[in-house]
Amino acid sequence: MARMKFICDSERCIECNGCVTACKAENHVPWGVNRRRVVTLNDGVPGEKSISVACMHCSDAPCMAVCPVDCFYRTDDGVVLHDKDVCIGCGYCSYACPFGAPQFPGNGTFGLRGKMDKCTFCAGGPEVSGSQAEFEKYGRNRLSEGRLPLCAEVCSTKALLAGDGDVVADIFRSRVVVRNKGSEVWGWGTAYGKPAGGATAKPAKPEGTK
Amino acid sequence: MKRTACLLAFSALMLGLGACSERPQELAGRQINGGAPNWQGPASPFTAPGWTVGDRRSWQTHMQTRAQAQNEYVRLSQSH
Repeated sequence: MARMKFICDSERCIECNGCVTACKAENHVPWGVNRRRVVTLNDGVPGEKSISVACMHCSDAPCMAVCPVDCFYRTDDGVVLHDKDVCIGCGYCSYACPFGAPQFPGNGTFGLRGKMDKCTFCAGGPEVSGSQAEFEKYGRNRLSEGRLPLCAEVCSTKALLAGDGDVVADIFRSRVVVRNKGSEVWGWGTAYGKPAGGATAKPAKPEGTK
Repeated sequence: MKRTACLLAFSALMLGLGACSERPQELAGRQINGGAPNWQGPASPFTAPGWTVGDRRSWQTHMQTRAQAQNEYVRLSQSH
């Protein structure tokens, strides 16, 4: 079973914003909402790093945990999606998300804050796949067409990788081996947890015990 | 006459009480419609070639190959 994941290689991202533009155009994302954006750390300082940020489709998604109307669901492929017919636009998910993924259009059903909109991993929503209703609410469903999210497919430096977690992790690992640096995967630990038996700290023993 | 008036009053009372009721609003038991799995397609002019719509294994293999195509080390070695 594929577990869809994103990896952004900060050693390669050149802050071209191609992913942002592609996402906006492909999904007809409304004005004022950016499902994906590029964040630059230490902007202007030599050695600055850029990362492309969107919903990471977390293994244990905090947005899912806090939603009062339970509008989120996870597909068989590990993509976290939501039902806009159920969302009440309360904004709890926005506070819970460590990546700032949930976005709210400025003029929606609920006055100043409309229903939540976020990256769907180009997997559409609960409507019939490829239908007009699905496109209008959630954008293109590229996964059902056998395609990966457009943001990753257009990335000119292949800094942004999307697809089955094992495959993209292998690609990233091979890069780190070749260049011998840049092994830090931004957001990976937060979104997908640490590997089992890895850096989990053991409880300290009380003094005097053997 | 008195009996009819009582009946009318009772009916009005029942109608009034009926207006006090409300539809159940609890979330328990509600299922989010998760939509169809991606491997079910549908086939469209935009469907990428190389896999069979409706075949789960075919879709998974295709997606893994497509994800692997993001690895330019593999692509470059294949082109030579």
